[in-house]
Amino acid sequence: MSFVKGLRCRECGRTYPVSPVYVCDACFGPLEVQYDYPALRSHISRERIEGGPPTMWRYRDLLPVETEEPVDLGAGFTPLVRARNLGRVLGLRELYIKNDAVNPTYSYKDRVVSVAVTKALEFGFDTVACASTGNLSGSVAAHAARAGLPCYIFIPADLERGKVVGTLIYGPTLVAVRGTYDQVNRLSTEIADRYGWAFVNINLRPYYSEGAKTLAFEVIEQLGWEAPDHVVVPVAGATLISKLIKGYQEAYQLGLVDRLRTKISAAQPAGCCPVVDAIRRNLDHPEPVRPNTLARSLAIGNPADGYYAVKAVRTTGGYAEAVTDEEIVEGIKLLARTEGIFTETAGGVTVAALKRLVEQGKIGPDERTVIYITGNGLKTVEALEGRLELPYTIEPTLASFEGLVPALPKSA
Amino acid sequence: MAVSVRIPVLLRAVTGGAGEVSAEGRTVAELIDNLEARYPGIKARLYDEEGQLRRFINIYVNAEDIRFLRGADTPLKDGDEVSIVPAIAGGLAPVRRCGRGG
Repeated sequence: MSFVKGLRCRECGRTYPVSPVYVCDACFGPLEVQYDYPALRSHISRERIEGGPPTMWRYRDLLPVETEEPVDLGAGFTPLVRARNLGRVLGLRELYIKNDAVNPTYSYKDRVVSVAVTKALEFGFDTVACASTGNLSGSVAAHAARAGLPCYIFIPADLERGKVVGTLIYGPTLVAVRGTYDQVNRLSTEIADRYGWAFVNINLRPYYSEGAKTLAFEVIEQLGWEAPDHVVVPVAGATLISKLIKGYQEAYQLGLVDRLRTKISAAQPAGCCPVVDAIRRNLDHPEPVRPNTLARSLAIGNPADGYYAVKAVRTTGGYAEAVTDEEIVEGIKLLARTEGIFTETAGGVTVAALKRLVEQGKIGPDERTVIYITGNGLKTVEALEGRLELPYTIEPTLASFEGLVPALPKSA
Repeated sequence: MAVSVRIPVLLRAVTGGAGEVSAEGRTVAELIDNLEARYPGIKARLYDEEGQLRRFINIYVNAEDIRFLRGADTPLKDGDEVSIVPAIAGGLAPVRRCGRGG
């Protein structure tokens, strides 16, 4: 059982029963899951959640599934790391890293996919599919393998090798499309119309996106049931940012947290920053752009939930920053060298945006700040090609090493 | 002069179930007017009350988003392929490019 009431159009408010629909018949607006909040409020408690499994499924009551046995690889409940070193470098007294790079397939996408593939089984689909910039593809392939479902995945043909290998290993049918992610997404929407497949980020989108709320719930729980003052979030298709605000608001509404004043700030690469651009220019709807950035996982020029990302930033009093490719690489290195966390390019964007926001005084030194690190660095090693020191190479003799010693950096 | 138009599932009630139709028009706007003559009601599904294309619809000519072309004024020629695709979400506005860096 669940507390789901049905689906509701985010634009015109028309309601729909729980089914694999994703767009409003009347106005084409996106549909969103509605819950019975009064019933939830009397049912849910901090204690009940704390007694749950050490995964995202401890928040099952706030997710739109009926089954007691979700398709679960163990996503979620990832570490919230107090980042004293990075905080000292940037001038923040209380900085945390939500390290979602350590999920089963090394990105936050496992949260949304675990919900979507569970829902695909509940709806009786016999095939799952997705359009992906590379993180989603690996996650969908892995969860499909776990669920025993065939899987079709559509990616831009120029993806990083680590993401291609990290998808193929699970045995999906992988289709590389000669085009940008936005073109892959458009094609996939047409394919979804023609074939009866469960496209997790298209026709299951209302359910899929709910999984992202768990990144809000976890941070609250891990901070001892308190909400942070400020969070910085990478933005691509904008699912995460638009569901984080829902997660924080639900936690407050259900009494899991007593006070909520979390500002949500958006981070994008300068080579693909439609959301940042819309916020700067005071537009409601981001204008599509053609991406040209090192951060392929954020290279979505026409973000599906861009409008809601702009709204999330504005309503919470947050900010938006775009950073250069150079800053992305420096951000990746800074996080690794201060905190021992190796993130992919999206994380570099987030760290670099955090740095800018602090330098501009938009995040104050005493704000309790959390940055969301959503993917693992081993997936995008190409981004660091030629940007790291080379190893020293020696013969297997002590003499050879001692000959090298004068050239080595001094140990402390 | 005819172009083919791919119709999303959501609009097929209006086209009598057809997923692809052939229609004429020198521009996207004219094409939609001509579709309306054959399939009354389709225009109201594509345009909002202010006469603007709905924000949650994307239209493509030969796989290119018309926001990167000339919007509803995008010219059409014989044999072009037009796709109407739900945007899931996303804005409809003139195009501006983000530069790399900066």
